[in-house]
Order: sequence, then C-alpha cells, then structure tokens
Amino acid sequence: MTPEDISKQPSLNRDHGMMLLREMLLIRRFEEKCAELYSATKIRGFLHLYVGEEAVAVGAMQSLEKDDAIVATYREHGHALARGVAPTAIMAEMYGKQEGCSRGRGGSMHLFDAATRFYGGNAIVGGGLPVAVGLALADKLQGRNRVTACFFGEGAVAEGEFHESMNLAALWKLPVLFCCENNLYAMGTALKRSESEVDLCLKASSYEIPAWPVDGMDVIACEEAARRACLAVRSGTGPSFLEFRTYRFRAHSMFDPQLYREKQEVEEWKKRDPIIGLQQRMQEEGLLEDSEVKALEDEVAAVIEAAVAFAENGAWEPITDLTRFVYSEKPPV
Amino acid sequence: MAEFLMPSLGADMEVGTILEWMVKVGDPINRGDIIAVVDTEKATIEVEVFQTGIVEAILVPVGEKVPVGTALAMIREAAAAAIPAQPLRPAAALPVMVPRPSIVSVTPTPAVELVSATKAPPSPPIFITRPSMTHRPRISPLARRLASELHVDIASVHGTGPGGAIGKSDIERAARMPAEAPARPSTQLVERRAPMAKSEVTPADRQAAMRRAIAAAMSRSKHEIPHYYLGTSIDMSAALAWLQAENQRRSVTDRILYSVLLLKAVALAVREVPEVNGFWIANGIKLSQAVHVGLAIALRQGGLIAPAIHDVDQKSIDEIMTSLRDLVKRVRLGVLRSSEVADATITVSSLGEQGVESVFGVIYPPQVALVGFGKIVERPWAVNGMLGVRPIMMASLAGDHRVSDGHRGGLFLAAINRLLQDPEKLCGTTKSKP
Amino acid sequence: MTANSNPTRITYREAMRQALRDALIRDPRVFLMGEDIGRYGGCYAVTKGLLDEFGPDRIRDTPLSESAFVGTGIGAAIGGMRPIVEIMTVNFSLLALDQIVNNAATILHMSGGQINVPLVIRMTTGAGRQLAAQHSHSLEGWYAHIPGIKVITPATIADARGMLWTALEDPDPVLIFEHNALYNMEAELAPDAGPVDIDKAVVRRVGTEASLITYGGSLWKVLQAADELAQAGIEVDVLDLRSLRPLDTAAICDSVSRTHRAVIVDEGWRSGSIAAEISARITEGAFYELDAPVVRVCSAEVPIPYPKHLEDAALPQVATIVQAVRQMVSAHG
Repeated sequence: MTPEDISKQPSLNRDHGMMLLREMLLIRRFEEKCAELYSATKIRGFLHLYVGEEAVAVGAMQSLEKDDAIVATYREHGHALARGVAPTAIMAEMYGKQEGCSRGRGGSMHLFDAATRFYGGNAIVGGGLPVAVGLALADKLQGRNRVTACFFGEGAVAEGEFHESMNLAALWKLPVLFCCENNLYAMGTALKRSESEVDLCLKASSYEIPAWPVDGMDVIACEEAARRACLAVRSGTGPSFLEFRTYRFRAHSMFDPQLYREKQEVEEWKKRDPIIGLQQRMQEEGLLEDSEVKALEDEVAAVIEAAVAFAENGAWEPITDLTRFVYSEKPPV
Repeated sequence: MAEFLMPSLGADMEVGTILEWMVKVGDPINRGDIIAVVDTEKATIEVEVFQTGIVEAILVPVGEKVPVGTALAMIREAAAAAIPAQPLRPAAALPVMVPRPSIVSVTPTPAVELVSATKAPPSPPIFITRPSMTHRPRISPLARRLASELHVDIASVHGTGPGGAIGKSDIERAARMPAEAPARPSTQLVERRAPMAKSEVTPADRQAAMRRAIAAAMSRSKHEIPHYYLGTSIDMSAALAWLQAENQRRSVTDRILYSVLLLKAVALAVREVPEVNGFWIANGIKLSQAVHVGLAIALRQGGLIAPAIHDVDQKSIDEIMTSLRDLVKRVRLGVLRSSEVADATITVSSLGEQGVESVFGVIYPPQVALVGFGKIVERPWAVNGMLGVRPIMMASLAGDHRVSDGHRGGLFLAAINRLLQDPEKLCGTTKSKP
Repeated sequence: MTANSNPTRITYREAMRQALRDALIRDPRVFLMGEDIGRYGGCYAVTKGLLDEFGPDRIRDTPLSESAFVGTGIGAAIGGMRPIVEIMTVNFSLLALDQIVNNAATILHMSGGQINVPLVIRMTTGAGRQLAAQHSHSLEGWYAHIPGIKVITPATIADARGMLWTALEDPDPVLIFEHNALYNMEAELAPDAGPVDIDKAVVRRVGTEASLITYGGSLWKVLQAADELAQAGIEVDVLDLRSLRPLDTAAICDSVSRTHRAVIVDEGWRSGSIAAEISARITEGAFYELDAPVVRVCSAEVPIPYPKHLEDAALPQVATIVQAVRQMVSAHG
C-alpha cells in the first residue's frame, strides 16, 4: 500500500455520484414499499428497515470485489440490494415465494445469495461474526486474497460472540472487515445505557485491530473509509474495524412504538439524510439537475414496481417439499 | 400417604368386587383390621389392611368390580415405620407395577433376587397410568393380535402379567388348553362334589365362575409345574392310640381331630426338608421361613378352597385345633380373611373322610408341594416279621421337580411318617420354638 | 501405517487419532480447531503428535471461545474447507449452542438449499469420573432433536476409526460424541480398516427374550448385562444405535418384532430423552409386537453428584440393566 493509495480521494464525478445516489434511492424506496406491503399483510413476520442508513451499505460496498464475502444482520435488505442481489428475488423472498433468493424459506431476516457471496441475513445479534471469521480463515488457508465484510449493529458489541470473534480474527490475522453500524439504539436500548465504554473504536483497538469512526450519513465518507480499510485488510495484516455513525429514521421494526427516543432527535438526524445530503452536494457542484432526480425516482419506482409484480406473481413452494433443504440433496464438491 | 390396593387373594384371582366397606373416611385403622368385604369369584373374603393410620379417602364404591391391584382407598399413615407388604405374597398374582398416577419406585419383588457386590441402585421409576374403571381387559398388543390369530377368546384367558395382564404366553397356553383331556385327581375332587352341589341352591354363574377359576388354576399348575409323585404308607396306630387317650382326658369341645396331628407333622417335617415349603416365582425359588399350611376344604356349593393356618410349626396342638375349627366354620360360611386365603406355603389335602385311599393332587401354584392324606384303612401289616392288622394311611407328596427331587421328597414323607410314630413328642412341642 | 494387514490391538483414542491423521493426510482441506489440541496434545490425548506432524496452520489451538471457533468452523466450511472442530466436552458446547443450532443446522435451509455446511464437530460426553454436575452431561439426545445436523455416537473401535471418514464426506454438519469412558478401551482392528456408515444401527448380540437398545458408552454396560442375563437363561438382543440422528427406526422395530420386549439404556436423563423418542418410535412402528410396556434405564433426575456412590447410583449400571430386564421378563413371561 503506497502513500498515494492512502491519500487518493474517491472522485465525486457525476457518474459515480449518480450511481451512489441511485443505489441509495433504490434502497430507500424499496424499504418504504416494504413498509407499505407489510401493512397490507403481504409481508409477514419481522421487518427491519434500513431507512436513513443507506450510505453505509452503499459506501462500504464500493470497495468490495465480486468474490469478496458479506455477512450481515436481519436489517440487510439494503446490503443485499447494494451487493447486487436482484430486487425481484429479494421482494419475492419478502413475500415468501419460492422465487425468492432463499427460495422463500428465510424471509426478511434471512436473505442469502451464493452467487454474490451474500451470506445472510442473521437474526441472532452477534451470530454472524464467528461465521465471518470462518469465511476469512478459509480464504487465508486456501491462499485467496479476499475480504469478508461483516456488518453488525452496535448492539452486538455487548455479545460475547463479538469479543470472541474480534480476538480470534486479530490473533490469526484474518482478512475480516468488521463494519459496525452504530445507529445508537439496539432495538429500544440506547448505547450509553448498555455499554460502560461507548467508544466502539476503543473496544476494537483493544484487540489490536485498527479502527476508525466514520460519518455514516455521508456516503462519500463511508466509501473512503471502506476503501482504506479494505486496503489494509487485503495487505494481509489482519482485520480492520469501522464504526459507521448513523441513524435509522424509522422504528426498529414495524411493531416498535419508539418510546425510547425523542421525536425531536429523529428530526435532527433527518436533517442529515444521506440521500438529500448527496443530492444537495451534487446539485451545489452542478452535477445534478432536478429533472434528473425525478428521472431517477421514476427509474427506481419502475424497478420496485417490477419487483413487487414479480413477487405477486410468484408461486408458493409446494407443501410436499416441506422437509427439503434440511440435509443436502447433492454431495458437495 | 399409602394406597390400599385390591389384594390378590389367590393365584387365580383377577378381579374383585367391594361388597361392603367396614370403614369410612376419617376412621382410624390398625394393621390387621378388616377394612372391606370383597367378593371374588370363589368366595367372599374379609380383607385386612396392613397399614396403621386414618382412612383418607375411599376410591372405589360398593358394587364396583375392579382388577387386582386397583387402588381402593387412601390411608394417611401414622408416624410408625412403613409396614412392608407380607413377604410371602405370591408375586405372580400381586402386580409388580401398581397402577397409580404418581411416580412409584419399583422395589425388587421376591422374584428378582440379585447377587450384587455393591448395593443395587434404586430401580428407575416407572410411570403407569391408572387403569380405567371400565372392564377393559389388560392385554398386551401382541397378545391381542395372537388371540385373534389363534381364535382364542380373551375373556376366557387368565393373565399372568402385572395386574392380571394377558401376555403372549397366556394366549399360547390358552390356545393349547382344549387339547388336554382333564383326567386328574384334582378334577375328580371337584366332580365328586358335583352331585352334592346340584342339590344345593346356588347361583349358577357363581359356580361356573368358580369352576373356571379352578380350571384355570389347575391347568396352569399342570402346565407349568413338573410334578413328581411319591407315596408312602404310614402306620397310624401309635398316633391314633395317643389321640384316643388324649381325647378321653378332654371335654368334648376340646377334643382334637387326627387331622391336627397330620398338619403338625407336615409342619415339622418341613423343617427337615424346607424345599417343599415356599414358592416358585418367575424362574426363581423363594422358600418360606414361616410354615403356613393350607388345608384344602371342600365348599358346600362345590369347589375347593385352601386357606392357611399360619405358623403351624409354632402352634400347639390346641391352637391348631382351634384355628382349624374356626377356619372350617368360616369357610362354610364363606367368610375368610385375605391373608388366610393367600398365604399358604404348602397345602394339605386330606380326603380320608370321603373314603379315598390315596390322593395324588395338583399343586396350587405358586406353591411347590401338595401333601395328600388318604383314608385310614385297616390293613394287614408286617411288624418285626409278624403279621398283624394296622390302621394304615397313605400319605402322598406331589412335588415341584424344579424345586425338589424324589430323594428330598422321599425324606419329607419319611419325616412325616417318623413324626407320626411319636405323637407324644409331636404334640408336646411347645409354641415358643425359635 | 504398518505394512502387514494383521489386526493390531489399539485403543479407541488411538483409533480416533488414526482417523484424524488419515483425514489430514488424505484431504488438504481438512484442518482441526479446538482448545488445547495442539501443544497440549488434546484434553483426552486424541490429537497428540498431530501438531508436530501437520503444523499450526492445520492444527489450530483456539482461545476459550467456543462460540467463535465453532462459528469459524461453520464459515470455514462454507468457504470450502473441511474443518474438524473439537469442543472439549459437550458441557462446553452449551456456549456454542447459538452457532450450532442457529447457524450450522439452519443455513442450508434458510438459504433455500444454496449453501451447505460440511462441518464436523467432535465432543467428549458422559459421566462416571466424579467430575460433578457441570462436567458430566450427556446431551447428545438434545442435539439429536435438531433437524439439519447429524448426531453419531461411535461405541466401538472400528466405529471410532471409520465414522470420521464418512462424516467428513457428508455435506452437512455432523456431531460426533465420544464417551469419556471409551478412550482407553482396546480392541483389535485391521490397520487398513476403512470407512463405515454413520446412519445404521448394528446388532451386537443376538437374543430372543428382550431387545436392549443403546448407544455410546452404555453399550459396554449393556453387553456385560447381557452376559449376566445369559447365565440366568435370558438371551437378549443388543442393538447399538451408532447414530442418534438419524435414528435407525427399521433396525429398532426389527429387533423388537423378534423379542416383543424392549429396554432402552441411555445415559441421558429420562425425561425428554432420546430413550423417550425411541420408545415413541417403537409404539409407532412395532405396537402390535409388544408384549410389555417399553422400559427405559436412564440417569436419575438429578444433576450428576460428585461422590462415587451417588454418581454410580445416578447412572445406568450393569446391575440396574440386569434388574430391569429380569423384572420385565418375569412380569411378562
């Protein structure tokens, strides 16, 4: 890694900016549509929406290669979309149709896509971290220079699995990019009420893992931080840790009355909406017209409409197939 | 809290009906008290209780027929140590697993004597549901299937499993039964009584039930027990002479029957050959320390019952006589105690009165021997090379060849003979023998 | 490996070590992870010498982080390796239950069949060494409850040697339970003894009076009981289950159909045990063959106590097995 690499800024050229904007907008509108569909009982179970946090997934994903791996949480629709999992497949999965990316078996919390090395979709807080460590170990043992990006909320730092995984990854110098999305609330519990030490980067560095805090509402900042961290990870020196400081504008899930935070706080954070932020920056720099925003919206709306139609027309898996996929149906390679 | 269960009052008893409760809830009771009167297929029995305490609940009402082992009442025991069930209760009839809704420990039955260097750990608890109070036969699925295949009527099968449950072996036995022609002394006994029974006014179904019960018990005995038979002639002149002299000294009411001497002789002979006194229970011998001599008594209405006189070896002649008189009276009345019916460790069948010279009986399972005494008949007899006439009685032994053999059986009969030759010594034995 | 093909006498421990060594030689994807398996040589000395032979990359000592290293095993398996994770004992596996039950057992299903987890986990199980309540569990029955994993219990040296191979070839997670009392057991085995199946029960002794159904450490107590019973004229069938999930229901019902009486011996606690499951299957599959209720000989419902006489009383023993059979045979003769 050269000094030039480190100091290189991501260019906010127009195309790149449009791409980032489109990606974030797609996530935003997709999530909003999911909320609507849930209320119409098309989507059932739990639904955890990423509204407000789009910059993190989109920004971080720019530094991941096609054959890197991703492990995420139950709030993973945005990550799946940013990774390139088809919106149709995701929406069908939300519906529970067999055309879903997990064949309808997983639902909102368990999006999996082997083709893009998207390994879920995990409903246990902290549960994905050890798996990410294992994926990274496999790469190291097989001499492959790949990154495993592991996304988790700040709530996970309370779990033993977080500490065990950080320690093990650092001890064995494994290529894991730990991406902590600190949206300040683990469901209804504020970080300061559950952690004696709220400085998450300090926690990470106590495991000898390089750690940086990032403005999670600024997609460019997220992108830059992830680029640098991935360089470090790919150099083989071990894991890196990023704390993305972000905020979810909506409740934890559809059931949450949000009694644990003030409306005013939410409004304050909404002023830092990542999509509006990028939009404004691009418009200030003369890279974006209003009409183009509308065109983007229309384009995104069409994609989502197609995804919904796909899901609506999808098929329910036959009940006779119920006990499939408990054990493998073909031997492994 | 203890449960009072429908006791097994005979190897062939499957069900019983409460005719009368002698206690009500709240009454105090002591061990040995009569708690209820139970009707079995053979007789009406006063059932005694083995716990001391207060009657907490009556579970089965008068008139209800329930299987052996059913909980009949709850007794809140006094602080005294738990009284063990009578050790000689034949396990074949007593359910090993009692039907209770609560958890019970299955204590090793007399059948399962294990020699282990370390103390055997407690058996795993067995959860059994209470049997329904309808008259649903207790039968294993396999047995039910076999009964259907072998065209056996389940209702006619006597079950030897816990609580009278019918198993494969019972069905197989029942399937073989019609092939055996009944030509045995035991049925002769019953048939001899038949003419008398016809003249009696008896409920036909009670008689039929009794016949079935006897038939089941006798055929089971013959089927399972490898009998061997020995006979010996006993010169009764000394005994009879002594008896005559003795009775002359006594008032009429105190006179002793010669049967008493026979019972005493049997009881003392048992001490010399213990293998004839006890039980064969599920592949194992369980001999008895105590000697409870069962006496086969014919019933007026037909049939036979063999209640026991307890501890004959320790009782005096007078005590035995008293017991005998009392027993016979109550048998005629049809009122017996459960312990009397169940506890015989060896049985004596004495048919001299009927003029039968020799008796070759069928052992009452799970006992292992039956002693028969025939009529005392005047016979020519050689003594010291000279011919004379003596009162001779045939004594026979039916023995279970799994437990004793001819040699030992022979010694037993020889002992009876010897004892009867010295009636003074026989009857002078005091009751406080260790 | 010796050149001659004459059977040699080896211990169960040695058989398992040979199996591991064999796997490490045969397949470069195989590696071991666990506490003290390397430098210490393994808590039960199973892995002794392997570190020297295969090096620290393939024989990996882990920190005391059950959840992390089991999850790492999962991730590594997904990532193309064939890890064999050793959890020191089933007692410590409780710390990794989330990874085993929520990840290893479910990922294939949650991903709609896309992603399988070819992981092998070995654990020591059982009581009998006065190690008290926290070190004496037999929870293989619990694990056998979970769809998505396989549970095997090698009780013989041939099985210790041969089951690992087959487990490694299985595309799905396999948990191998080794009873602690078996390690020193010796028997003859051909040096070229190969793989054996991991889903069939085997009749170890033929008889007609009762079926004694068991697995693992209890097998040897049952065989000894069978000898004692034979002296009393009671010949029993002894069925070694070898696999608890899947259970070889056909073999169980076949044995019971021949003997009409079943006694299940299981070192787990009675309530909700694998013995209860087997009893249910007998009722389902061989009801009309039963001449007596199914009997279970299990551990007493108590945390395993420390003093020897109490521990002995709590566990199934030869005497209790003999007694149970005799009682059953006498009551239902």
